[in-house]
Amino acid sequence: MRTLTTAIAMTIALLLLTGIVYPLVVWGVAQVLFPWQANGSLVMSDGHVVGSKLIGQNFAAARYFHPRPSAAGDQGYDASNSGGSNLGPTNRKLIETSKAALHKVLAENPGTSPAQVPMDLITASGSGLDPEISPAAAALQVARVAKARGLSAATVRGVVGANTQPRLAGIFGEPRVNVLELNLALARPGTAAH
Amino acid sequence: MFWNAVLQVGIFLAIVTAVSVPLGLYMARVFAHEPAFLDPLLEPIERLIYRVCRVRPGAEMTWAEYAVSMLLFSMIGMLVLYAMQRLQALLPLNPQKFAGVAPDLAFNTAASFTTNTNWQAYGGETTMSYLTQMAGLAFHNFVSAAAGIAIAIAVIRGFVRRNAKTLGNFWVDLTRAALWVLLPIALVFALVLVWQGVPDNFNPYVHVKTLAGAEQLIAEGPVASQEIIKELGTNGGGFFNANSSHPYENPTPLTDLLELVAMFAIGAGLTHTFGQMAGDRRQGWALFGAMALLFLLGVTPAIWSEQRGNPQFAALGLNQSATAGQAGGNMEGKETRFGIIDSALWATVTTDTSCGAVNSMHDSFTPLGGLVALVNMQIGEIIFGGVGSGLYGMLVMAVLAVFIAGLMVGRTPEYLGKKIEGREMKLAMLFILMFPAVILLPAAVAVATKAGLAGITNPGPHGFSQILYAYTEAAANNGSAFAGLNANTFFYNTTLAFVMLFGRFMMKIPVLALAGSLAAKKAAPPSAGTFPTNGAIFVVLLIGVILIVAALTFFPADALGPIVEHLAMMQGKLY
Repeated sequence: MRTLTTAIAMTIALLLLTGIVYPLVVWGVAQVLFPWQANGSLVMSDGHVVGSKLIGQNFAAARYFHPRPSAAGDQGYDASNSGGSNLGPTNRKLIETSKAALHKVLAENPGTSPAQVPMDLITASGSGLDPEISPAAAALQVARVAKARGLSAATVRGVVGANTQPRLAGIFGEPRVNVLELNLALARPGTAAH
Repeated sequence: MFWNAVLQVGIFLAIVTAVSVPLGLYMARVFAHEPAFLDPLLEPIERLIYRVCRVRPGAEMTWAEYAVSMLLFSMIGMLVLYAMQRLQALLPLNPQKFAGVAPDLAFNTAASFTTNTNWQAYGGETTMSYLTQMAGLAFHNFVSAAAGIAIAIAVIRGFVRRNAKTLGNFWVDLTRAALWVLLPIALVFALVLVWQGVPDNFNPYVHVKTLAGAEQLIAEGPVASQEIIKELGTNGGGFFNANSSHPYENPTPLTDLLELVAMFAIGAGLTHTFGQMAGDRRQGWALFGAMALLFLLGVTPAIWSEQRGNPQFAALGLNQSATAGQAGGNMEGKETRFGIIDSALWATVTTDTSCGAVNSMHDSFTPLGGLVALVNMQIGEIIFGGVGSGLYGMLVMAVLAVFIAGLMVGRTPEYLGKKIEGREMKLAMLFILMFPAVILLPAAVAVATKAGLAGITNPGPHGFSQILYAYTEAAANNGSAFAGLNANTFFYNTTLAFVMLFGRFMMKIPVLALAGSLAAKKAAPPSAGTFPTNGAIFVVLLIGVILIVAALTFFPADALGPIVEHLAMMQGKLY
């Protein structure tokens, strides 16, 4: 009986400490030290929030760089319902979905051969909210975006380069391009003057 | 690609090694009540807890008393979590107005988080209120990990004490694990995660109009505080459905590395705690060495297979090799920032331990990549392992290894000077046999019933892998998934909950009994005929025993799932 009351009391004590006090301390310090990150890394444009730097969003028009296919939610890029396709490697649906994505990429970017299409551009990410694409995925869209925006390919390539992140210390992770930041940079006035 | 993989894995293992030694020695001091650097801050809190909870810190417990305290504590925690989920609509911090969780799902989740499994048959951002996440789920992340550490310390005491009846005091070990080990590390690194972009707020989900003019609703929450303990405590339950592949949980390669190290840190540290408490640091290094070698044995084929990709994609004319511009390989279910190497490395580490957090979707791995994850769990998650459970699981295998060595040379087996006799071997075998029994029997039921087969979403041999993986992770208290399996059904919620409870408690009880039995023995000084357990020969023997036991138990099942699927994939067969 004494063990039972101790167990109940210990549960309450540790719940208060690790379940209430600890998260509130982290929240309080985080809000003071890193308020932008703590509130979701939200990105402003023209005075209103257009998304989060970390959360991918869909772009379909020719003048935007396109993200990866997404399996989050019914329409993709549902940031309140994350997830992958969970299609297995021998599932016919996986190959058919990827084939459709490949044909879409080839049709939207004339002159591209399948061997130039990087794997990330035809596969769904694990989160369905991948904010980034590989440098190869950006490179093959340069000509299309430049034409749609009336910019030179060199200008667009320059903006892509400026928005490419290398590996951490040259070792960890993969080189990548944030799609929202890239499209925002292109939309910024003055880009054409480069 | 090759050298980058070598560098990433090599540097990661070097960091783990460098962190594990001071952490392990620190834990040895904390649980021996020797002075440690946070004492002035934490001792007043500790005393207050003991006074309020009427704990007599000096009172030692027998193995049975220790086990009963642990069971009662877990039972009450499970009831609290069940009630909190059912009642969340009436409780505060629920900006999205989520309804109470359904009874079978709430039972499954309560069992899952109490047992340190963190299997999730729900999506966090569509089901759980902020209060349930932080005071229900993250609270269990702390205490299930603290209980695991406590039991590991009690088991170590059993191995090193002589002529003793007791193993320590569960409440004291639990409190010290939470206060001295988990909370300070979590507090510091949660803030590092926020700095890198992991949110920590109580805001309602954010409505945005995207650049292209679409509506997007972005889920928020107190993520960082929960994220770090999820890895440090090898729990693995994601704040979001996509777990650590979600950019809010794991936004950069730096957070990825930090979370990877957090998964291994305590398990690796405990080997040195063991060596220190045994009075022979090399005993700890021997276990560490066996674990490190087994880690390399798994991560190598995982990276290789994921990078090689899927022949079906080659048939479409795609280039799957890694270049300066792309990671290549099997990118389905993987994030751009992690590519192949960090994803395969994570899948290995999360199943070496009982963590189960994922930064890529295992269901979409190549068959051999998925097989590595499955085998890691089937050998009992003893490669650094779950916090606490990894060490005592490895100690049981060490007992088995010296027993087999003793049979080979015809001497009574000894470990740390203690004779291993009939009672110890019976308890060790109970521990070892319980595990496949609670995996293979329910998996067989699932593939033989309509309710079980209804969960399959990938046809062909992969469907069997989905079921086998689910029961393996449940028994191993891992919580990662071949997540396509449609598991939020009455059948899976209940059967998996019971497998998780058996996998945790029916293995902890024999191992505590084994420790109690060993504690009572006297220790003989080593003689010329003693088989040394702190050298390379023992490491090789230990690895051999681990692999043979797992292969004899699980090879037939694995052959029907991932192995058949691999052969089918290589022949271009689709289902």
